[in-house]
Amino acid sequence: MAEAASTPRRWTQRTVAPWLFLAPGLFMFTVYVLWPIVESVTLSFYDWNGLYDRDGNFTGRFVGMGNYRELMTDPAFTTSLWNNLKWLVLYMLALPAGLFIAIFLNQTVRGIRLYKSLFFFPFVISQVVVGLIFSWFYAPNFGLFYKLIESITGKGVAVLADPNLVTYGIIAAGLWPQIAYVMILYLTGLNNVAPDQIEAARLDGAKGWRMLWYVVLPQLRPATFIAVIVTVIGALRSFDLVSIMTNGGPFGSSRVLSYYMFEMALGEYGFRMGYGAAIAVVLFAIMMIFISGFIWKMWRDERER
Amino acid sequence: MVHKLTGAVTLGAALMLSTSAFAQQRVVTWNADYDPIPLAAAEALIADFEAANPDIDVQMTNFDHEAYKNAIRNFLTANPPDLANWYAANRMRPFVEAGLFADISDVWEENGLKEALASSVSSASIDGKFYAIPYTYYQWGIYYNRDAYKAAGVEVPGPEGVTWDQFLANCEKFKAAGIDCVTTGSSALWPVAGIFDYVSMRTNGYQFHSDLAAGKVSWTSPEVAAVFDNFGKLQPYVTENHAAIDWQDAAALLVQGKAANYVMGNFAVGVFKEGGMTNDNLGFMVFPEITPGIPRAEEAPTDTIHLTSGAKNPEDAKKFLAYMASAEAQSKWNTAVGQLPTNKNASVPADDPFLVAGFEALSTATGGIAQFWDRDADAEYAKVGMEGFQQFLVQPEQREAILARLEQARTRLYPQ
Repeated sequence: MAEAASTPRRWTQRTVAPWLFLAPGLFMFTVYVLWPIVESVTLSFYDWNGLYDRDGNFTGRFVGMGNYRELMTDPAFTTSLWNNLKWLVLYMLALPAGLFIAIFLNQTVRGIRLYKSLFFFPFVISQVVVGLIFSWFYAPNFGLFYKLIESITGKGVAVLADPNLVTYGIIAAGLWPQIAYVMILYLTGLNNVAPDQIEAARLDGAKGWRMLWYVVLPQLRPATFIAVIVTVIGALRSFDLVSIMTNGGPFGSSRVLSYYMFEMALGEYGFRMGYGAAIAVVLFAIMMIFISGFIWKMWRDERER
Repeated sequence: MVHKLTGAVTLGAALMLSTSAFAQQRVVTWNADYDPIPLAAAEALIADFEAANPDIDVQMTNFDHEAYKNAIRNFLTANPPDLANWYAANRMRPFVEAGLFADISDVWEENGLKEALASSVSSASIDGKFYAIPYTYYQWGIYYNRDAYKAAGVEVPGPEGVTWDQFLANCEKFKAAGIDCVTTGSSALWPVAGIFDYVSMRTNGYQFHSDLAAGKVSWTSPEVAAVFDNFGKLQPYVTENHAAIDWQDAAALLVQGKAANYVMGNFAVGVFKEGGMTNDNLGFMVFPEITPGIPRAEEAPTDTIHLTSGAKNPEDAKKFLAYMASAEAQSKWNTAVGQLPTNKNASVPADDPFLVAGFEALSTATGGIAQFWDRDADAEYAKVGMEGFQQFLVQPEQREAILARLEQARTRLYPQ
């Protein structure tokens, strides 16, 4: 036995078992994550319309960094990038709003479960339905929002037809379910806030904002961390709402990177697979910044424990 | 025989079943993308063809219309049928260039189709070789609500239309009456291209417009400036907020009398009639003449059938293609569907005033027949163009910026 411990590379059950257990996961991860990433990056160096010829040969043409060079001067790409930034920044509003509603609902009155589930409702329905509801809300001539603005100012605003407002209109639609999501994260977090600490703080005379800031929020840090992650990822992968509500319009002013990628690679006027792949690689790089940050933080927390 | 299947596996199973049942028959496979009414019409054609050729079994696999656009890219390589539906002009170019559609010049030659399908010769051929059998098209033009004309006190035009100045003067009256003179719903972009195409063809003629779509003409040229001058004259009278609504929403505006004119394709007639319009209050006229003396050109997008390069039974497939090109088959299919046959010897139902008017408009269009912006222009160029047209209708003050962007796209896509 002592010998086995001193030569760890021995083919024993202890060394093999972890890999055996990991094998299915690793296989899936390689086939469905790593391989597509490599494939997409490779494809981004080609100009390809997605067709194979009669004999099944790839018809693409190697263009090196050509697609990336084109991205640099593509006004639609710049618009998408800016819109993604707007999404990222404004989506963060879901955190304070979700926290506020969570604190508001964290009380014991008759029927509070019903109110909680009503507030959670927007997250339960599909993004497609959210998009449709908001399109009708904004719809010119009959939409509730349009009518409301019309009754106040005398002239309705068709949010989805206005290139300057359209992105904000879609972000507002996205925030609706996102706030509900963040709210539920904070509600579960609030359940775990230690009552004795609240009690102690109260004895020391803390209340209102100071109580929230110095006593409650620090205990909500795990919930905040998760909420930031899901919100950042939610903002970056925003696709369904754009697709449902505007198709990136009017004249491309509500495009985001993920939608532009879809348009270029698979849209009716697209089928530029290489160019779409290049956009995907850029989006991946941006996401990588955040993902590495999160992984680094989680790894650090793990080590401190 | 028609199988409505979705998967290739089930198709394969069905093929085996039917071939064992009719072992002596030769099979022609056909992938199509029909909605229910055209599908029924196509099934009737297949039945007729099989009755005339008992040794051939035509097996159709019908796809969902939108899904087909992606599916065709896969099945042409992976599992090609003998025949496949698609569209004429530039839309078929990628498949022709990848060698996936077969040259069927012999079918055109042997059946005298250059004569019978004369109006489609240019859209069915690339570099002098034919790759498509056009079997149907439909006219574009101005559909108008007679009640809206009466409500605004404007004289109702006839099918020959009005002059451009008269049209704009009418628009002024509609505006005063609180009615949108021209409506459109451009959230899907393509409806604005119809308006632009007509303004362009009426200002500079068919050849110029065709060159513009092919990237041969600069967006900074004086001719294009003239087009945008005219486009700009129309702009104030187009439904506000059109960028947020679908073409069907705009159709509702026309039906309700909130809009007077709609530049649309004939397929919209069904929607107008579902909304409650009848032949009495729905009218059709050709787009007004702008530059006097230019031969009138019209838009008529053509649907086509193609022989694939991987066809297993090209001989019988060609027989079926020749049948689809015939006056008899085209009369039958188009009467059932409510579209126009491309074969000039085919007949048009006399009780449909819109088809009669459309047939008249197209057969007298001496200028030429355009396919529509997104079929005449290369896909990417088409998209950039349509975004520009839409933006111009929303923000006419951005004209210079729009034209500069279009010109930039042109020089990138068509290096000089």
